Amino acid sequence: MAGTTLLDIKGVQTYYGNIRALNGVDVSVNQGEIVALIGANGAGKSTLMMTIFGAPRARSGTITFAGTDITQMPTHEIARMRIAQSPEGRRIFPRMTVMENLQMGASLDNLKHYDEDVEKVFTLFPRLKERIAQRGGTLSGGEQQMLSIGRALMARPKLLLLDEPSLGLAPLIVKQIFDAIRELNRTQGLTVFLVEQNAFGALKLATRGYVMVNGNVTMSGTGKELLANPEVRAAYLEGGHH
Amino acid sequence: MAVTVSPERDSVATPIQRALKEAFYAGAIALGLFVLFIGLKTGQNISNELVLTERWGLLAAVVIATAVGRFLYVAYGQPFMANQKITDVATGLLPASVGSRFFQLPAFILAVVAAVLLFVLSNSLAGWVGAEPAGYLQFLRALAVIYVLASVIYYFRAFIHANFTKLGVAALVLYPILVVAVLSLNAWSIVGGLQGSLKWVDNFGIQILIYVMLAWGLNIVVGLAGLLDLGYVAFYAIGAYSYALLGTHFGLSFWILLPAAGMMAAFWGVMLGFPVLRLRGDYLAIVTLAFGEIIRLVLINWREVTNGSSGISGIPKVSFFGLMSFNVSDPNYIAKVLGIAQSGAYYKIFLYYLILGLCLLTAFVTIRLRRLPVGRAWEALREDEIACRSLGINTTTTKLTAFATGAMFGGFAGSFFAARQGFVSPESFVFLESAIILAIVVLGGMGSLVGIAVAAIVMIGGTEALRELDFLKQIFGPDFTPELYRMLLFGMAMVIVMLWKPRGFVGSREPTAFLKIRRAVSGSFTKEGHG
Repeated sequence: MAGTTLLDIKGVQTYYGNIRALNGVDVSVNQGEIVALIGANGAGKSTLMMTIFGAPRARSGTITFAGTDITQMPTHEIARMRIAQSPEGRRIFPRMTVMENLQMGASLDNLKHYDEDVEKVFTLFPRLKERIAQRGGTLSGGEQQMLSIGRALMARPKLLLLDEPSLGLAPLIVKQIFDAIRELNRTQGLTVFLVEQNAFGALKLATRGYVMVNGNVTMSGTGKELLANPEVRAAYLEGGHH
Repeated sequence: MAVTVSPERDSVATPIQRALKEAFYAGAIALGLFVLFIGLKTGQNISNELVLTERWGLLAAVVIATAVGRFLYVAYGQPFMANQKITDVATGLLPASVGSRFFQLPAFILAVVAAVLLFVLSNSLAGWVGAEPAGYLQFLRALAVIYVLASVIYYFRAFIHANFTKLGVAALVLYPILVVAVLSLNAWSIVGGLQGSLKWVDNFGIQILIYVMLAWGLNIVVGLAGLLDLGYVAFYAIGAYSYALLGTHFGLSFWILLPAAGMMAAFWGVMLGFPVLRLRGDYLAIVTLAFGEIIRLVLINWREVTNGSSGISGIPKVSFFGLMSFNVSDPNYIAKVLGIAQSGAYYKIFLYYLILGLCLLTAFVTIRLRRLPVGRAWEALREDEIACRSLGINTTTTKLTAFATGAMFGGFAGSFFAARQGFVSPESFVFLESAIILAIVVLGGMGSLVGIAVAAIVMIGGTEALRELDFLKQIFGPDFTPELYRMLLFGMAMVIVMLWKPRGFVGSREPTAFLKIRRAVSGSFTKEGHG
C-alpha cells in the first residue's frame, strides 16, 4: 500500500487579502504514512491545512488528492473525497452531546456505518464513552480533542488532517492522543497529516516531516533525520521542549 | 482559652437597619430617575403653547412605593429566602416550602365556596350592594378562581411536569369546548354561551396560537440554524397577501392557497437566503431587518396590485373543507346544514382548530426534522460553520433550507391571518411584529417548542388580559387604560425572565442521538438528563 502519493501539494500560494501566507509550498503525503509539519507560530502551518480544504483557497498551485485535482472544489465536496479534519482549536459542537457530535461526523454516509464506527471510536477513546450524554462544551480539553478526532474518524477518512492535536493539553494526555494516532496508522493503515508545534513528539511519531518557516518549506526528511538535524534541534527542540 | 467578644462590638447592622438604609438609597435613586419623567409633564394648550404640569403627588407616591418595596424586600424577603435554605436543627429538614404553606386544604375549600357563591349570585350582586363594591367582588371572584386553579396545578405538579406536552395539547383541544360550556352554564343558554365565547376563542385562543406558530416557524431559523432573522414578518406578510390577492381575484379556495402561500413564502425565503449566505450574527440581522422593511414598503407603494396602505378587504372566509360554508347567505351555511342556531362563533371555533392544527403540524415537522440529517446539520451550523463544512455538510443548501422552511410556516400563518381578519394592510406587518416574535423565541428558550409556546401564552395572552382588567379603572380613575401599558409590562417581563432564566423558560435542549440510534434509549442513559 505505502508508496503511492495520496495528497500532493505543488507550488501552493495562499493570501489573506494582500498578505501572502504560503509562498509556493510543496508537500506530499503518501498512502499509509504519518507526515508531520512543524514550524513556529505564524509559519503558515494551519493556513496550509485550511488551504487543503479550500478555505482560504489557494491563489496558485495545485492540490491533488488520490489523483483528483481538488484545488477549486467547494469545501464540503473536498470533505466528501474522504479527507477528514480535526481543526485547530478542535471546533467541536459545544451545545450538542458527545453522541450528536459523533453523529455529525458520520453525515457523509448518512449514518450507514454509524453503530459500528461509534464502537470503534469508543474503543480508541474509552473516555468518550463515559461522557456519552454530556454536552461537548463541558468536556475537558483532552476529551474535546479526542472527540474532535473521533468525529473526524466517523467519516471513514482516507486521509486524516490533524491541526495541533497537542495544543494546551497535559503531557500525559498528549501521549494518549499520539498513541491513538500511531495505533490508527498501524492497525488500519490510516494516512495522517499532522501540524504540530510539539516538534519532538510529532517527529517521533511521523514517518516523514516538513519544517515550515514564513510560508516556505525549508527542510524535509524522515522523522529521525529531522530529529537529528542540528538546525531543527536548535530551532524547535532545545528551547525547552521535552 | 476562649476569646469572648462583647456583643456590642460584634454587632453588624440588623436587617431592619440595613433595609432602612437601602430603602433610603432606592428612594433617592427613584427620585433622581423620575423627577423629570413623572414629576413634570409637558403638553400643549389650545393655543399651541407649551404647558408644564407639575405632578409632585404622583412622584412622591412612586418614590415612596419604591422605598417601601425595597425596605420590605431587604428586611423580610431576603431573610425569608435565606431561611428557606437552612435545615431545622431538631428535625434536620428544610422548612416547608412557600407553595405547601400557601396552598392548604381549608383555604382551598373556602376559595371554592366563595367562587361558586359569587358565580351564582353574580347577577343580583350589583342590585344588593351597588355597582362599585360589586366590581370589587368580581375581582375577588377572579382571585378565588385563580387560587383554586393554582392549588389544583400545585397539587398535581409532578404529574403535570411529567406529562406537560400531552396535557398541553389536550388542554388546547378542549379549550373552546370548555369555554362554550362554562359560558353557556353562566348565561343559561347555549346561544349566549356561543356569543360569549367569541372573545375567549378569538382574542385569546386564535391570537395566541398565531404567535405560537410564527414563533415556532422562526425557531427553525433562529433557534435551530442560529441565523438571526429580524425580518420574519416579511414572510408572514407574503403569506397573507398571497391568500388575499389570489383569493379575492381568482376566488381560489383557502385549501389550495394555503400550500401556495407557504410555497410563495418559502420561495422568498430562498431569495433572501442567497444574498445573506456569507453573513452571520449582527450583519445578517441588519440585512434581514432591511428585507422585512422592503417587503412592507413594496406593499405600501405597489398600489396597482396591493391597493397600498388601504389594504385588501373582502378576503373570502375559509370553508369547512368545501362541504359547509360560514357565510350566512350561502345555501350551505353551517347552521342551515346542521339545523342549529345561527352564530358567528362557529367560524371562530373552526378557525381555532385550524390554527391549532397548523401549529401542531409545525411542531411535528420541527421535531421530525431535528432527527433527520438536515435538522442535525442546522444545529451543527448554529454551533460551528467551519467545522460543519469540513465534515462535508453543504452549508449553502443547509442555510437555504432553514430559511425556506421557516419562511414556509410564516407563509402558512400569514394566509391563516388573512382568512381570519378578512382584511390585510401593510400596517399589520411592521418591524414591531418581527421583534415580538423574536422576543417570544428568545424568552421561551431558543430551540425549545414547549418553552416558546409558554412564552407566547404569557406574552400575547398577558397583553390581551390587560384589556380585561376593568376593575383597575376603579382604582386609577376612568381615564386609566391598562392596555396602554402592555409594552411596558412586556419589557419588564422580558427583563425579569432574562435575569431569572438567561437561557429562556426552557434552556436545555433534548439530545437527538443515542448510543444505538435505531433502538430505544436504555435506562442507563436516561439518567443523565434525557428524561
